[in-house]
Amino acid sequence: MIDYRPELIQKLTHLWDAGREGLFKKSPGLFNSFREEAFSTFLSLGLPDKKNEAYKYTDLDKFFSYDYRGYYVPSTADYTQAERFKCEVEDLDVWNIVLMNGFYPHSDQGLMMLPGGFWAGSMTAAAKQFPGLIQRHYNKYVTNDKDGLVHLNTALASDGLFIYAPKGTTISKPLQIVNLVHSDRDIFVQDRNLIVVEEGADLTLLVCDHALSPQHFLTNTVTEVYVGQNARFNIIRVQNQHNDAGKITQTFIHQERDSYASSNNITLHGGLVRNATYHTLAGENAETHSYGLFLSDKSQHTANYVFVDHSAPHCNSTQLFKGVLDDDATGAFNGRILVRPLAQGTNAYQANNNILMTPEAKMSTKPQLEIFADDVKCSHGATVGQLDEEALFYLRSRGIDEREARLMMMFGFAHEVIQNIHIEALRERIDTLVMQRLRGELSRCASCAIKCN
Amino acid sequence: MNNSFLLQIKDLKATIDNKEILKGLNLEVKPGEIHAIMGPNGSGKSTLASVLTGREIAQVTHGSVSFDGKDLLSLSPEERAREGIFLSFQYPIEIPGVSMVNFMKTAVNEQRKHRGLDPLSASDFLKLMREKKELVEIDSALTNRSVNEGFSGGEKKKNEIFQMAMLEPRLSILDETDSGLDIDALRIVANGVNKIRKPDTSVIVITHYQRLLDYIVPDVVHVLYNGRIVRTAGKELALELEERGYDWIKREADNVEA
Repeated sequence: MIDYRPELIQKLTHLWDAGREGLFKKSPGLFNSFREEAFSTFLSLGLPDKKNEAYKYTDLDKFFSYDYRGYYVPSTADYTQAERFKCEVEDLDVWNIVLMNGFYPHSDQGLMMLPGGFWAGSMTAAAKQFPGLIQRHYNKYVTNDKDGLVHLNTALASDGLFIYAPKGTTISKPLQIVNLVHSDRDIFVQDRNLIVVEEGADLTLLVCDHALSPQHFLTNTVTEVYVGQNARFNIIRVQNQHNDAGKITQTFIHQERDSYASSNNITLHGGLVRNATYHTLAGENAETHSYGLFLSDKSQHTANYVFVDHSAPHCNSTQLFKGVLDDDATGAFNGRILVRPLAQGTNAYQANNNILMTPEAKMSTKPQLEIFADDVKCSHGATVGQLDEEALFYLRSRGIDEREARLMMMFGFAHEVIQNIHIEALRERIDTLVMQRLRGELSRCASCAIKCN
Repeated sequence: MNNSFLLQIKDLKATIDNKEILKGLNLEVKPGEIHAIMGPNGSGKSTLASVLTGREIAQVTHGSVSFDGKDLLSLSPEERAREGIFLSFQYPIEIPGVSMVNFMKTAVNEQRKHRGLDPLSASDFLKLMREKKELVEIDSALTNRSVNEGFSGGEKKKNEIFQMAMLEPRLSILDETDSGLDIDALRIVANGVNKIRKPDTSVIVITHYQRLLDYIVPDVVHVLYNGRIVRTAGKELALELEERGYDWIKREADNVEA
């Protein structure tokens, strides 16, 4: 395919040319071994455009058109900034890790071992300490060969987060990853993360995305997750960036038999946000849940793409995605369920509900079901509408004023996604953030020491 | 003299979708009185409830409604509620994701604010909930759920009465609260209403059937037909209607009109 946007490709080629030498010097051989081929694959695929079914309603051009500087090596100042950052969630005890512009600060210190036998830290360091493990898992679960952005990440990413939960380990408290972007110039960040949850292990991850300076940012994140036999993995993302920040995440969750995984993407702010979550049910009796909620206004665009691949028998999957769109905001949901011929006894469920607050807001939603087995229970439903006027009257008839009644209903709508977060303190915290967001009070998280906008 | 009425409706005309439903209705309710409004289907009973609570679907074209001396029609639905008007809905609405606790707490505190009182503390509020739940015999678990979500028909009606108990209105309008209830649920709902009542609070019971009026005994019974009150009498009128139906009243009213 020849890309019709040669200037954008040219800009990215410049970034590649300029950063290449440094990248190869700094990175482990294993990561470097994929780079050349990945970049030429990217060139042949191009940037995803509207001809690509998965990007049909999402326009990436604007965020790719800024003059980004590649970000390949962090500076010492960035580390200071990262250390200053504290995000305290009341009553929520977490292990805290801060990533700055996609780098694990002090990557020379490499990895830390957390109580319970967990490892967390820099991908670069992990490649040295666990070469065999990395070789077994790196670039193995990226199931979407047709997405140029995945290949671009494989070519350009120089660090990211590595988490390793060895066989049978249970982390005593959730791991919180704070992803910061901060720069005095417009930058393009690419982080590549690998999470390995081995047989019988149990890991819960909270990922918070923030932007600390008003520059243009574009982040292209790829995360691969291996969930071993009978293991459990939960990931909760809270995205709170500004309108000049673009965030594209692609998360590939590969599940073995009897495993459980859940993903919950809460998008509070961001100029362009696209979260793609791929769930591959590779072993029988696995269970997976994909949740998402976004609240958008002004000219923000938020897209969720989900692909649940039922490759084995007797697996269960659910998808629940909701959006509240105000002003001129636009959004897209694309939920694909593939039930392969082998996957008998599949249960797959999908729902997408959206509320448009203005006549200008626009939401596109598209279920995509491909079923090749006979013994399958599958359902899907999508709605785009306004708040229920009858319910609004009911609340007002009890003395609640109209504005408050609308807020309560929007909050109730949103809470149906949030209630799937099983850690109570975190659920309450996210409820509070969402309420603040709905009231228009949320420019930053309340307890954050850094006053970003 | 007007001040002795809690509610005074004068020559009220109202339309729904440009069709005139109420055609000059007059009604006066004093503090402490129970009025029953009966009548055949389509006579305008629910439209009257809509007009009194400020539902936009009903357009008032003529007449006036005063509540405790205030012009009711100029108030928003929430202001009317804070002034003390309560409607027990014929079809209570399910609101997923909005918890009963949060809903009632907001409603009670809005009303307190209106009366110049401080909001209730969390513990005082929960204590109030417990008391009122016992009073109206509503299952404790129901108030831990979302508003009416997945409630049975009977549970929804009990939940209306529970809300009434929480808000302590001066005028309660029960819009076919008895419909779809079995005899046990009917008794619980009616007992709830009686326990909540104070000497100066008033009730308008809108119903098709005499049954509910065995428990909530009216001072006055009105028959609403074709948008007007065509007959007003004591509680014995309800018994007569139960026995004879509405046809004789319809005939009388149609003759007067002709």
